[in-house]
Amino acid sequence: MSGESATRITPGNALRPEDVAERVAGGVQVGEDVGEYALRLGDDALILAQRLGWWISRAPELEEDVALGNIALDLLGHARSFLTYAGSAWGKTEDDLAYWRGESEFRSCFLVEQPNGDFGKTIARQLVFSIFQHELYSRLVDSADETIAAISAKALKEVDYHRDHAIQWTIRLGDGTEESKRRIQAGLESVWPYVAELFQDDELIERLGGVAAHPSEMRAPFDALMAQVLDEAGLELPDVQPAMTGGRGGKHSEHLGYILAEMQVIAREHPGATW
Amino acid sequence: MATSDQTAMGTSDKTPATEIGHTPEKAPWPLWEVFVRSSRGLSHVHAGSLHAPDAEMAVRNARDLYTRRNEGVSLWVVPASSIVASDPDAKGEFFESPKGKDYRHATYYKKSEGVKHL
Repeated sequence: MSGESATRITPGNALRPEDVAERVAGGVQVGEDVGEYALRLGDDALILAQRLGWWISRAPELEEDVALGNIALDLLGHARSFLTYAGSAWGKTEDDLAYWRGESEFRSCFLVEQPNGDFGKTIARQLVFSIFQHELYSRLVDSADETIAAISAKALKEVDYHRDHAIQWTIRLGDGTEESKRRIQAGLESVWPYVAELFQDDELIERLGGVAAHPSEMRAPFDALMAQVLDEAGLELPDVQPAMTGGRGGKHSEHLGYILAEMQVIAREHPGATW
Repeated sequence: MATSDQTAMGTSDKTPATEIGHTPEKAPWPLWEVFVRSSRGLSHVHAGSLHAPDAEMAVRNARDLYTRRNEGVSLWVVPASSIVASDPDAKGEFFESPKGKDYRHATYYKKSEGVKHL
């Protein structure tokens, strides 16, 4: 561990991606099932980070640029840790996984791939995802896999803030002007078809037992908090059918290819470059 | 500032960011002054200012803008309009009066004879 390093500026015991890399270099290796699970966690965070990064210089106010940028960087941190850990199953680094996988090898859900739309839609997507991710990490803190538990413990404090940010904005947009209310409501309608995918159990989850959290068990607390927030914001719970999805199995919406093209182009043009 | 950015970028009027910028009645967010306490036992110190639509969001923006590198353990935000400041043109009457009044400093006084342990 690098805890003794003089260059370590993160106070306390916050687990950094570099710490995970050291564990992996020190011989920690996961089986393919845990690796696959860590890919799901890492890919969700990575793709949403990439999406949110777009807002820098484009948010309604300078302060909001920074808020969304911070959230994106937090998520990128989660992605780096999870992908570093996942890579130990196949002898790959975080960069191998982020930059050199094709579309069908990504395990991210459809929700995080959805376009930013306007600020209302981005906040709607943030609201759904941060409530989901908060439920998820709250459970993974007790994962039977101690690295996943440690990464989740660090990430949970950050997601606590992401969730608060999304809730505060949802209430303000819903309870703001007619225009802001129309936009956040439209945003919720447009992301809602991708909610169901977040809460689907599958064979991998069953095989992993105490390592993973059961997505289906998080639906009730998700619905409860969502109903409370929407009620306070004066918004309607969308009544729309779930879309066809399949992100965990490598099937993706038409948007992922474009996201990857932008995210991967530099690394692929200059393989192994560092700066 | 969003509006000028988009004009500079020449984005098409279909992009959502431009739509936001075009909202005609958009008023600028009010200004808040931020005070950060860097650790227990120290005072809150003025760190800078920011824009936010209301007090709750101001505290959150302050967290994002002024405590990114472990600068603080506590934050205050105050509406900038609530601060009453001294007049910069009244420096003379406000701040120059103490000059020449050395007797207001302890070092002005000489030790009296016969006083020990001072």
